[in-house]
Amino acid sequence: MALDSKIPKGPLKDKWTDYKNHINLVNPANKRNIDIIVVGTGLAGGSASATLAELGYNVKAFAYQDSPRRAHSIAAQGGINAAKNYQGDGDSNYRLFYDTVKGGDYRSREANVYRLAEVSGNIIDQCVAQGVPFARDYGGLLDNRSFGGVLVSRTFYAKGQTGQQLLLGAYSAMNRQIARGKIEMFNRHEMLDVVKIDGKARGIIARNLITGEIERHSAHAVVIATGGYGNVYFLSTNAMGSNATAAWKIHKKGAYFANPCYTQIHPTCIPRSGDYQSKLTLMSESLRNDGRIWVPAKIEDAKAIQQGKLKPTEIAEADRDYYLERRYPAFGNLVPRDVASRAAKERCDAGFGVNATGEAVYLDFASAIERYGKEQAKIHNIANPSAEKIYELGQAIVEAKYGNLFQMYEKIVDQNPYKTPMMIYPATHYTMGGVWVDYNLMTTVEGLYCIGEANFSDHGANRLGASALMQGLADGYFVLPYTIGDYLSHDIRTGKIPTNTPEFDAVEKEVKDRIDFFINNKGTKSVDYFHKKLGKVMWDKVGMSRNAQGLTEAMAEIKAIREEFWKEVKVPGNANELNPELEKAGRVADFLELGELFAKDALNRAESCGGHFREESVELDGEQEGEAKRDDVNYAYVAAWEYKGEPADAVLHKEELEFKDIELKQRSYK
Amino acid sequence: MSGFFKSSIGRKVAMALSAFFLMFFLLQHFAINILSVFSPELFNEVSHFMGTNPLIQFALQPVLLFGVIFHFVMGFILELKNKKANGVAYAKNNGAANSTWVSRNMIWSGVAILAFIILHFIDFWFPEINTKFVKGDWSGTMAGVEGYRYYEELVHKFANPIRVGAYVVAFVFLALHLLHGFTSAFQSMGGTAGRKKTLQTIGKAYSIIIPLGFIFIALYHHFFNH
Amino acid sequence: MNMNLTLRIWRQKDSNAKGQMVDYKVSDISEHMSFLEMMDVLNEQLVNSGEEPVAFDHDCREGICGMCSLYINGEAHGPDRGVTTCQLHMRMFKDGDTITIEPWRAAAFPVIKDLIVDRMAFERIQHAGGYISVNTSGNTQDANSLPISKIAADEAMDAATCIGCGACVATCKNSSAMLFVGAKVSQYALLPQGQVEAAERVKNMVAQMDLEGFGNCTNTGACEVECPKGISLDNIARMNRELMKAALK
Repeated sequence: MALDSKIPKGPLKDKWTDYKNHINLVNPANKRNIDIIVVGTGLAGGSASATLAELGYNVKAFAYQDSPRRAHSIAAQGGINAAKNYQGDGDSNYRLFYDTVKGGDYRSREANVYRLAEVSGNIIDQCVAQGVPFARDYGGLLDNRSFGGVLVSRTFYAKGQTGQQLLLGAYSAMNRQIARGKIEMFNRHEMLDVVKIDGKARGIIARNLITGEIERHSAHAVVIATGGYGNVYFLSTNAMGSNATAAWKIHKKGAYFANPCYTQIHPTCIPRSGDYQSKLTLMSESLRNDGRIWVPAKIEDAKAIQQGKLKPTEIAEADRDYYLERRYPAFGNLVPRDVASRAAKERCDAGFGVNATGEAVYLDFASAIERYGKEQAKIHNIANPSAEKIYELGQAIVEAKYGNLFQMYEKIVDQNPYKTPMMIYPATHYTMGGVWVDYNLMTTVEGLYCIGEANFSDHGANRLGASALMQGLADGYFVLPYTIGDYLSHDIRTGKIPTNTPEFDAVEKEVKDRIDFFINNKGTKSVDYFHKKLGKVMWDKVGMSRNAQGLTEAMAEIKAIREEFWKEVKVPGNANELNPELEKAGRVADFLELGELFAKDALNRAESCGGHFREESVELDGEQEGEAKRDDVNYAYVAAWEYKGEPADAVLHKEELEFKDIELKQRSYK
Repeated sequence: MSGFFKSSIGRKVAMALSAFFLMFFLLQHFAINILSVFSPELFNEVSHFMGTNPLIQFALQPVLLFGVIFHFVMGFILELKNKKANGVAYAKNNGAANSTWVSRNMIWSGVAILAFIILHFIDFWFPEINTKFVKGDWSGTMAGVEGYRYYEELVHKFANPIRVGAYVVAFVFLALHLLHGFTSAFQSMGGTAGRKKTLQTIGKAYSIIIPLGFIFIALYHHFFNH
Repeated sequence: MNMNLTLRIWRQKDSNAKGQMVDYKVSDISEHMSFLEMMDVLNEQLVNSGEEPVAFDHDCREGICGMCSLYINGEAHGPDRGVTTCQLHMRMFKDGDTITIEPWRAAAFPVIKDLIVDRMAFERIQHAGGYISVNTSGNTQDANSLPISKIAADEAMDAATCIGCGACVATCKNSSAMLFVGAKVSQYALLPQGQVEAAERVKNMVAQMDLEGFGNCTNTGACEVECPKGISLDNIARMNRELMKAALK
């Protein structure tokens, strides 16, 4: 099947308005007769559920947690971008669009990104009306901060808990509709497959996670909003339950999966402390505004630190290697996420890592404290301040800016980051790749939509800070509710979709058979054993930097782990009860397939772009020597994979990317 | 408004209102009783006024009675409801880690105070009612006593060391009850003032000084008037 | 230093079954582990020996989703302050300790399995009024057309940081949900957007809270101490005021 992105004709800035004016609508009386299933209740799914219900559709929403409020969108810290230009610093829809496309290393779809920028302002209006307590200045107007190296201040925030507040906003909108009976909420339910009738998505099979009951739910359209697949690495900043099952299941039923290799590795996470580690905690990127990143310059110092014989504060200034400042004098510690992550890995691989595992670098606030301290001394007219006084004044400023992050760090690591440098290391954070969707956010299966992090469309090969929240809410509040109407307008005479059909029977049987297999398989190894093994292969060979040999090996190794999994996995307990091990088994089984496609996609893309770095594709000379080299001639396309039975057999479909309003440039941070 | 007092918060407010009333009464009661230490005559005068003034006897006394009964009954009802809300008990619960003993045991200090009030009624209030309403004697005098009888009765009651002991213990419980109850009542009424330093200090002072004063009165009459 | 511990854990097959405390031993626990990672070690051990692992709620493991909910050694989220169970670290314990682990206890939070409780009562309270009735059409007025004082916005934010974990109910000797409900009522009461429906909101939310069978607040302040997000008791006072105001209307 050829990919049709259905991008409307006309000039970029008029496309969305013009398109909205001409698509079909469903009249209010008919909306009452139409059911929509929304799987996932994070920012995208929650906002979509609320809006669709408000419009009059009957919504059935599904979440694996006990409340929509627990979705992992809640963990986003920094903020949400919007082209409001409240600061009068020259921001505009075009600039936000431009920054997003450039930040995505020219691998996103122009029309989608422009639409995203266009609706960004509405999101803020909407959220304020809902009672989201954004930060304000003393005049009572909204405050902004700058973020991720862009040249304007367009990030709205609510302390360090912006994701939480936006999610609670969407959740409150959902609550209003649940109270009105327009959303039927299925908490502690997990979608295990999609049901297609005559080629259209018409329902799902879900498991009640408390009773283990397998349920059939029908609808006229199905929306997948289940987030990213970062947990394919086992360790990531995702929640423990974050999974790719819904996305992968629809992929196996005909939805193409696009650019799985685009993964964002975030540079500032708290390092792993041992093999028992279950997840990684992100520290806001904003720390890099004041922290300086370094490792020891001498290998013997690094070794001594790893063995606990030397303290970082004992290393002289001259013996420190501020490697980002050394390599990227123009941007220094503020290079984009992918560049900072790779540089940290490079130093640690060379043996300069600074904790027992050798996988950590320092993020040092000593010079920021001193700088702020001197500044404050001047402001307060303190002549000849002592070193202690300077430190005290400076610490107060740093505390005001990052106090909660420092506190979190101290709780986890048990070290005081005011006194000794923080340790950080990159960790998997966000997946730009995902289910392929057209301009309407519909997948290659009719009536099956995919929104938020779960789809692929807006961030290209790398996502800018504070853009994930923006995309989730844009899709859910302002895009999908319009575009889905165009499709549903053809369904007003269909009537209720029955669930007692052969199609439902067949999919339910598949689901039940798989569960029965897990319960009855008398294996010897726990689900986590396989998940950790998969994670290690992914991290080592499909991680921050990749090469053809490693990727080929990874594909074979993942396949082998998968085969062993299906022989040796052990799931205690029964199918008809709350069984966390059974839930994990299903999710890991899907990761074991997705991981292989991930590696295959990375192998196919023999260029370096954004979060995907191929060691074979680097600049060989000139100022940019050793840096990532994009290949626009051969790879300016979206790689959409069609499932053919085995991940390795997936068939590639290309959506060529056209850039009419932007000139393609190389990203330079030197 | 009718629905308000049926709600959990409405009941808290009702508890707080009755508590304010009782705390005011306690202050007034103390002010009169302490007179017995300094001036038996003045004490007798005021007691006779309080005991015979129709407004106090026929209007305020029933209100007080209602307030006392209401505070106790509502306290017990809420305790029962709260117990029901608890479900299964914890195998291990470390209440001391997050709250004061007095705040967690208002029901027990309350029960102790109730026991005391029964004793107190038997000692003073029932005889008074008997004299005034059954016998119809509103004179405030007694055979063999010059002037009013109130002071003599008071002194007589505190002759028995067991009774004095019981009173002292009861006042300790009263202090414990007030130590939480005073600020808690403000908090229930929607005041964050209950958490401000000044009011906390006033609350502490009230909770300790008033019961201590009552103890002093009892001991004074026991040791220095016999 | 690594530790050997005895874990005394509530096991209960399902909501109808009778549960009991069961003792387990874990060894070689690193002080750098989080409490839930220690539980992972126990579960891995149980799975490998063919036993059913201990079921407990958890998800984000960074203290924000509000899923984790363990009563550890007699305190909600354990002995540390300002943290959820997933942020509690084993350095708070010492070698040889016996750690008692129970589910949240409240009649309104029935046990589903082992350490997992049903917190739907919180959901229903939110359905009763935890929102501002505004359509998500985006055709609202410009966000900056409504200035809000920084103080009110910050206070609303402090109330809004509640993660809905239920530690307040679990801790309260009366199983009262007033800190949770007070926080939500406060967030909207402090903002001008919330004023229009303020009276109805507080009445409906309190009525639902009572219907769910939560107890009364007796101002012990335990909830505030154990709250992982430091939600202030002042929010309860504000809710009381709001309800009184609503009743007088």
